Amino acid sequence: MSDDGGRQATMSTAMVEAIATEMRDNDEVFYMGEDVADYGGIFDSTDGLLSEFGHDRIMDVPISETAYIGAAVGAAQEGMRPIAELMFADFFGVCMDQLYNQMAKNTYMSGANVSVPMVLTTAVGGTYSDAAQHSQTLYGTFAHLPGMKVVVPSTAYDAKGLLHNAIRDDDPVVYMFHKRLMGIGWMPAPDGPKTAVPDEPYTIPFGQADVKREGADVTVVTLGLHVHRALEAAAKLADDGIDVEVIDLRTLVPLDEATILESVQKTGRLVVVDEDYRSFGLTGEVISRVVEAEPDALEAVERLAIPDVPLPYARPLENRVIPDSDDIEDAIRQTQP
Amino acid sequence: MGTVTTTQLRSMYEDMVTARYYEERLQEEYMEGKTPGFDISAGPIPGELHLAAGHEATAAGVCAHLTDEDTVTAPHRPHHIAIAKGVDLKRMTAEIFGRETGLSAGKGGHMHLFDPDVNFACSGIIAQGCPPAVGAALAAMKRNESSVAVAYLGEGAISQGAFLESLNLASVHDLPVIFVVEDNDWAISMPKGRISAPPDGSRRADGFDMPGVRIDHDDATAVSEAAAEAVGRARDGNGPTLMSVQVHRRMGHFMGDPETYRPEADQQRHQERDSIERLASDLEAAGVDEDERETIREDAHERVDDAIEWAKDQPEPEPEAALEDVFSNPPSGVTDEDPTPEFAGDGGANR
Repeated sequence: MSDDGGRQATMSTAMVEAIATEMRDNDEVFYMGEDVADYGGIFDSTDGLLSEFGHDRIMDVPISETAYIGAAVGAAQEGMRPIAELMFADFFGVCMDQLYNQMAKNTYMSGANVSVPMVLTTAVGGTYSDAAQHSQTLYGTFAHLPGMKVVVPSTAYDAKGLLHNAIRDDDPVVYMFHKRLMGIGWMPAPDGPKTAVPDEPYTIPFGQADVKREGADVTVVTLGLHVHRALEAAAKLADDGIDVEVIDLRTLVPLDEATILESVQKTGRLVVVDEDYRSFGLTGEVISRVVEAEPDALEAVERLAIPDVPLPYARPLENRVIPDSDDIEDAIRQTQP
Repeated sequence: MGTVTTTQLRSMYEDMVTARYYEERLQEEYMEGKTPGFDISAGPIPGELHLAAGHEATAAGVCAHLTDEDTVTAPHRPHHIAIAKGVDLKRMTAEIFGRETGLSAGKGGHMHLFDPDVNFACSGIIAQGCPPAVGAALAAMKRNESSVAVAYLGEGAISQGAFLESLNLASVHDLPVIFVVEDNDWAISMPKGRISAPPDGSRRADGFDMPGVRIDHDDATAVSEAAAEAVGRARDGNGPTLMSVQVHRRMGHFMGDPETYRPEADQQRHQERDSIERLASDLEAAGVDEDERETIREDAHERVDDAIEWAKDQPEPEPEAALEDVFSNPPSGVTDEDPTPEFAGDGGANR
């Protein structure tokens, strides 16, 4: 855990600090999105930035995702460092060509003669009955398509360091922040995402998972909101003498296979927890990587994810499909001898 | 208001007062359990709630000319339109409360109301109801039916590809579809002048060679007159129309919206003349006096109260129901025969 030092901050505050610092240091960084100026971002991702930087650099844009996200691609290819916010990851369908045929592929199609140094920030996740069109994480969708680095912070400390790195990166980075973790007044966050955050800028390299809790008996690999749910389950299981290691992936592309393998070699038991759809996704991918690299390492394996249905609205239905800490606890128990 | 009959005026008034009171009641129910610290996921109605107070005239004025066979697609702010279209109020309310007997058995919620009995659907994604409305109109044309389709959207949605592409598709095929822009000046926190050129949505029609109509105030009678012409044009096979109606956003974009971005004077503008009062004066002129209007209001309130009480008594869905309804048919499709034996199991060598 690398969150010592500094004062406590919410994840949104940490993000805003990173954006503000990069904008102060580099005139070519600017932010585009819907309701990012006067409102400060529906999920507080740009809270307070308008007063320092004005509408020219904290740009409210038409509800035309194809146009403004595509414009970010174009400005990035000119060497600027735009940050474009897609209000909900669910809205990706409106602008997918610009994301996966332009932003994600132009570097490769140009033989790396062109780079696209932009960040796509986007809000993800459910748990508040916003139903099928506003609750997805789509982690696997973005990570599946080559050409995008995919970042999913779970704490304020990570959020800041990863965002600094994202803005400075010469490649397109999709930075997916979970609404439930931001510390928004009207959507109370669980304990955990609010952490100590140093005042000064720092970067966290992509491809370095973080062991949020060390343990000897079973490895839980997860990300975003479910890092905190897994930690809650781990705390409960500790009372029963089950020692759980919790790995926060932090980035999906690149994926830190080494940290996962090292842990699994120690524990021999793996639980992968995702807030995305079960099939063709993160859980299967992580398990495959382990099995490919160390076919004999696993004595038991479980996975938890959304069971291949769109996210339902009613509370009992949504609770059924999004894994909670009890589900994680049960899955971990399943892996125990 | 020559062409609008007293019966139509009365019916629009009923729709509008029903919608207004319905949302007042929903607001009360929604806030239960969400105070003092507003928590969007708490209370009997969780999630986002987008209320349409101040928009009722567009719903009542246009839907006055529609039958159950006509299709309407609504955006994320759908209640007033659903009410005017004749969506089952009890089951819609049960859906909003997330109950098993709701329109979608609790799977959809307030932004995703579907009532096929009256051809009503909505989408929570801006402008994305436009292409399906065009499709409903296409189906009507192909089947030589007289039904029409109406797509509602906000003025914030007029720069979406889905809308602009739909205008073109409808225009080149002369499809019986009417696009209705509810212009409340604000796309959440963004004033229309900041994000749209020109800010008047009806002018988008010019570029797509179709009639564009702007109604400068939320006057249900004026909306009804314009809609009569647009719906008539569509039914007669003379193609689409784009309407834009100035309405007023009496609430935040969603419940919990602090609206700190919005000038106080703008928030108060709707009070200058409310659309329901405006229609009441038209009714007065047509001989429907305050006693009669009072009766209409009382009946509407009773219907709303009944719907809400009924909905709250309905059971919550069983958690396992979450796993149902992904498909209409079984995953295997409709095949009911065994595969032809000689082609099975040999890798296709016999083909």
